[in-house]
Amino acid sequence: MTLGDFLGDLDLSALQDRLAGATDADVARAMQRPVVAEADIPVLFSRAADSQLECLASRSRALTRRRFGKVVTLYAPIYVSNECVNSCRYCGFGHDLRVPRSTLSAQRVWEEASLLRAKGFRHILLVSGESRQHAGVDYLAEVVRGLRESFDAISIEIYPLDEAEYRVLERAGVDGVTMYQETYDQDRYRACHPAGPKRNFEYRLEALDRAGRAGFRSLGIGALLGLADWRMDATLLVLHGRYLSRRHWQSRLAVSFPRLREAAAGYRCEYPVADRDLVHMVCAARVALPDAELVMSTREPAGFRDRLIPLGITRMSAGSSTTPGGYANPAATGEQFAVEDSRSPAEVARAIAAHGYEPVWKDADRHLASWNSRN
Amino acid sequence: MPVQRRFAIAGVELASRLLVGTGKFSSPEVMARAIEASGAELVTVALRRVDIENPGDATLAALDLGKYRLLPNTSGARTAEEAVRLASIGRAACGTNWVKLEVTPDPNYLLPDPVETLKAAEHLVKLGFVVLPYINADPVLAHRLEDAGCAAVMPLGAPIGSNRGLRTRDQIEIIVEQARVPVVVDAGLGMPSHAAEAIELGADAVLVNTAIAIAEDPALMALAFRLAVEGAEKAVAAGPGGESALGHASSPLTGFLWEKVS
Repeated sequence: MTLGDFLGDLDLSALQDRLAGATDADVARAMQRPVVAEADIPVLFSRAADSQLECLASRSRALTRRRFGKVVTLYAPIYVSNECVNSCRYCGFGHDLRVPRSTLSAQRVWEEASLLRAKGFRHILLVSGESRQHAGVDYLAEVVRGLRESFDAISIEIYPLDEAEYRVLERAGVDGVTMYQETYDQDRYRACHPAGPKRNFEYRLEALDRAGRAGFRSLGIGALLGLADWRMDATLLVLHGRYLSRRHWQSRLAVSFPRLREAAAGYRCEYPVADRDLVHMVCAARVALPDAELVMSTREPAGFRDRLIPLGITRMSAGSSTTPGGYANPAATGEQFAVEDSRSPAEVARAIAAHGYEPVWKDADRHLASWNSRN
Repeated sequence: MPVQRRFAIAGVELASRLLVGTGKFSSPEVMARAIEASGAELVTVALRRVDIENPGDATLAALDLGKYRLLPNTSGARTAEEAVRLASIGRAACGTNWVKLEVTPDPNYLLPDPVETLKAAEHLVKLGFVVLPYINADPVLAHRLEDAGCAAVMPLGAPIGSNRGLRTRDQIEIIVEQARVPVVVDAGLGMPSHAAEAIELGADAVLVNTAIAIAEDPALMALAFRLAVEGAEKAVAAGPGGESALGHASSPLTGFLWEKVS
């Protein structure tokens, strides 16, 4: 069964009904079980659950502490290319936008990485727009080979690949793949992605299945909040996560909560997600996925991010630049989205400590990666 | 008079039967105070978490390495090969040939892979390591690991971080009954009473991390575990009277044997 089939097997209108029709009693029952039943996942994101936010938060906090302890792991993104053949309406890299374009040479990526390493980072995320011409698999593999001795976890957030291509990158030293579906609502997906290979919803949806087969340690999912009804997207996001965990039981699941704000593309958000909704989503996701890494980027402002730490977030980026070459040259333009939390990594680490959590820079080891293997 | 059992691993006598971990604490200082309060001598450190080549690593810097014996662990390894690789790095950097072997391919419950653990143990013993494998409470696997030359076995009480206590009690009893090496109950012990229960049923030691690290007052919880382990140790040494499964009532079936025949 492919993931596309999995989504096809879901009765979406029944899920909608369950979301819309959930009662207080349904919420109470769903939360009584030690492990939330699959059928109860929509209930957690329903309007009826809104009134149980404090209860969700307390359960989320307890589960997170037990599983992860009082720690938050830090990572930083490196934007290697903003060349892109897609035209996502919300994205600052959109093909039709007139922004300065660049793809960093492997040497320049290494320079960016060295700056991050000096700030303490051992976990990095390589980000690229979709351009096989400028940032193809061979290029990415070369970049990764240049970084793998200096970092303990290298993830990628790029366009979807074939399984064989994922294997090349896994072998080169990538240990995690993040692929946001953006939205699980296929009509909204089509509306937001008018051109380019990204229009292929299924190929993207099945990317993490292919990545899982290629043996990555970490599989990251996310919905871009603001593109469609967040309750349904959150429900399908969690079901997607459960599916991936069952199928790729050796990979750790990571869930991100990117929320659309003012994008460089001037996109007006049609389905705004309030702070309260985002907190609801994080806490309910934790209750439904007790073992997943929950990730919060610098898209969110400092004060709000800090408040989310005790609620279930286990990974945070810090000091991010979303422009290729932006660490070496902070004046560079061509960002993907505006960073809201502009604190330095050291300041973020201090804020985490001030909230009673240990900022962790290293929670992986490069010696575990398959490129060290003699087989 | 019952004799206090010695607790030694690979010929090294250890005064404390409480082993502790270094993960999940809110800060290195909180960790250091809790470990101090625990009275533990053997302290396990995830090689995955520490930056071995960096002498300023926050976890290592917070520990008084003159006071504790470090037990590097291979947490994060999914295969025997990965575990052996990580253990070898750890030996070179930490200067100890002791290793707590963890091979946990499932990132959620972190349950140990018996096949890969045995493979890794055989390899590490050949490389001269003192191997303490983390295992499910499987008595046959414990035998196999002893035969492979492991210095101890570390069966789990319940999944890591679950704080659920000795859910594997019956199997651990068999391991304790049959073991020729020390048995250290590892993982799942959520309260001091769970640790005491493990020592009372004959385990040589316990390893506790999450229950201490995520307590509101980790140092106080560490002390509580220390007292519970010491209490149970004394109870075992005292030679408990034990429960009786025998009845003391009159004997309706066999009483006639003592009846006077008139």
